[in-house]
Amino acid sequence: MSTTVLSLDLSRVPPVDQVGIDERAAALAKRSIKTTAKRAGIRLAMSMLDLTTLEGKDSEGKVRQLCQKAMRPMPGDPTVPHVAAVCVYPNLVSIAKDALSGSGVKVASVATGFPAGQVPLPVKIEDTRLAVAMGADEIDMVIDRGAFLAGDYDRVFEEIIAVKDACGPAHLKVILETGELETYDNVRRASRLAMGAGADFIKTSTGKIQPASTPGVVLVMLEAIRDHYKETGRRVGMKPAGGIKTSKEALHLLVLVKETLGDAWLTPDLFRIGASTVANDLLMQLVKETTGRYQNEDYFTKD
Amino acid sequence: MSTTITDQKARTEALKKVEAEKPRLEFGGAWDYAPAPESKEHVRLEKRYGLFIGGEFVAPRSKKYFETINPATEEVLAEVAEGNAADIDAAVRAAEQAYEKRWKKLSGAQRGKYIYRIARLLQEKAREFAVLETMNGGKPIKESRDVDVPLAVAHFFYHAGWADKLEYAFPRHSVSPIGVCGQIIPWNFPLLMAAWKIAPALACGNTVVLKPAETTPLTSLHLARIFQEADLPPGVVNIVPGAGETGAHLVNHPRARKIAFTGSTDVGKIIQRSIAGTGKRLTLELGGKAANIIFEDAALDQAVEGIINGIYFNQGHVCCAGSRLLVQESVAATVLTKLADRVATLRLGDPLDKNTDVGAINSKMQLEKIREMVSTGVEEGAQLHQSACAIPSRGFWFPPTFFTGVAQSHRIAREEIFGPVLAVMTFRTPEEAVEKANNIPYGLSAGIWTDKGSKIFKITSKMKAGVVWANTFNKFDPSSPFGGYKESGFGREGGVHGLRAYVELS
Repeated sequence: MSTTVLSLDLSRVPPVDQVGIDERAAALAKRSIKTTAKRAGIRLAMSMLDLTTLEGKDSEGKVRQLCQKAMRPMPGDPTVPHVAAVCVYPNLVSIAKDALSGSGVKVASVATGFPAGQVPLPVKIEDTRLAVAMGADEIDMVIDRGAFLAGDYDRVFEEIIAVKDACGPAHLKVILETGELETYDNVRRASRLAMGAGADFIKTSTGKIQPASTPGVVLVMLEAIRDHYKETGRRVGMKPAGGIKTSKEALHLLVLVKETLGDAWLTPDLFRIGASTVANDLLMQLVKETTGRYQNEDYFTKD
Repeated sequence: MSTTITDQKARTEALKKVEAEKPRLEFGGAWDYAPAPESKEHVRLEKRYGLFIGGEFVAPRSKKYFETINPATEEVLAEVAEGNAADIDAAVRAAEQAYEKRWKKLSGAQRGKYIYRIARLLQEKAREFAVLETMNGGKPIKESRDVDVPLAVAHFFYHAGWADKLEYAFPRHSVSPIGVCGQIIPWNFPLLMAAWKIAPALACGNTVVLKPAETTPLTSLHLARIFQEADLPPGVVNIVPGAGETGAHLVNHPRARKIAFTGSTDVGKIIQRSIAGTGKRLTLELGGKAANIIFEDAALDQAVEGIINGIYFNQGHVCCAGSRLLVQESVAATVLTKLADRVATLRLGDPLDKNTDVGAINSKMQLEKIREMVSTGVEEGAQLHQSACAIPSRGFWFPPTFFTGVAQSHRIAREEIFGPVLAVMTFRTPEEAVEKANNIPYGLSAGIWTDKGSKIFKITSKMKAGVVWANTFNKFDPSSPFGGYKESGFGREGGVHGLRAYVELS
């Protein structure tokens, strides 16, 4: 379970050229995904979804409905796989755990003072421990962006190590909140820092800050994962989250993964998409692929 | 003695094992793209194309036609008339008449109107031209669609704007046209090169006889249809396809006042010799062997994209291709690993497929030349690295290739290959990089990759190359002059500098 902790040497992180990254991401957005590739891509994207609800007004009923949708996104069509996980606040973990029991759908919980992370470290650790104790299979933590931007990398690094330790058997996804880091250079350094500290996944955003996931940010993080793998042999997962609404965007993400990290990452074990509204668009596109017609959106349940 | 051999063997085995255990990326078919071919419906091909002289398609006096094919399938697309001396003479006379009677008498604004009209019509028919360019030349549709055609359109728009403002381009001079311009263009960017040549010539008040390359005449001939549709006065542009001999007749025609040639350095030298003493004006855009220099402080992943774009864009059939990679020793291993991974993702195949990255080699002759140069590289001792991509059974293809362990003296590091073949060399200091980059008879383009702004200015000012890109490669714009130093030619195309080749100043 223990992961080798790398020394925190950010000087070896190469700079990122913003124009170059955006050009490459835009070029890959032009890949033409048709017929069989589209159908397979939609099913793959569905199996990678972390269906998410992170609202103050979340209730038991809302979470149970989301879990139903997670297990059987398209009732009556068994070829549509269940999603990867349901992502909720700690208080709702046990409800989700119960609703999803035996389905293969994982329970992910945000923790560490989500979304701002502006709480003392002992609170972050306790937050994590309790979420795991209540049944979370995966923990989505946030980094201390204030400390990162102030150049206090050691603190961010140590916190991730401490939270990873508190996770025990649960998988740790580290949210960089790239919208607050602002530059691609920062995103690349933060990625390297999180992976070095033992993150199982790195994740773009909380969904509470704009911009959330953008193709450029995703590509920068995928390239950081590639370097980490080449250096250590460890495959770290990637999770774009926030603002992904259409099938086209989801398929574009798969293209970025396919052409940057290759086949090994095209699995829910190493790639997730944090979203909820995209699920119905994936279903609508899938039905359109088989019937040739777009259906009325009321044929698909929102919850 | 025998122990050393065993040691050596053991070491090689151990090295192999280390290599095999290194983390590898697999780019296979876990989720593959389905074929996404662009439709050919928009393209209206004739069985047979005449010469475009005096505003009409006419039968050649030579009575000769040649077949033009699709290099990706070897299927014949059409027959095209081949011009001989009499045809060239007719074309030059048509151009001269149009010049004297119509074109030179028009105001700049009126000339501009025609050129704007051509630009708009080409833009409207963008898809037809992109598909035709890909069918006749073998380049990926994503390039003809996103680069060749839009840039050709941009060149017409840009020069249309200059037509009535020439006195502002050359202050304190009075500006007049030259007359009939003979223009010879290559097969690597057939439509774009036609636009580069025709647009400034017309904007400055000249008339044109254009000879497209023998393997790729079709987009030029379809451009002639646009000239008809735009009501361009007959004879202002004449198009006479053919091979080298046709070009020679054009170069040597006494009434051609200016020659513009884009092509090989060898032919450029022949042209320069043959017109010496005639008083004809000449611009030459010839070969290149550009250095793409990667410094250790560069954004390495984006630099690797620049290497890929520099050498595999248009199958390396680019005179300004970044065919020599100079990478700083301290990052060479990293860059080469990244390069090998990236080459493995390149998709070679049907040029009409929208997901194809590398298309067909333009002709059998060019393919043979590339093969010959690559075997020379192997014989000279450089290490060959090639994409393992599948090669279609019909057509002309060459997999993306790079050589490591290349010496500056190797032929693959000296001569233009004009194919998807990169020669990789290393350097230790910036001074060494500059010296190696400039130590070549060519001087068309270069690329510099560093995150440090001051280094960009320092190095670019030392490069003997007409175009130097910093942290990018193969970027073109009609307002930016393009042309070479040394054996890469002289004269500039594009921008104000490009206009200078098509005007007389007094």
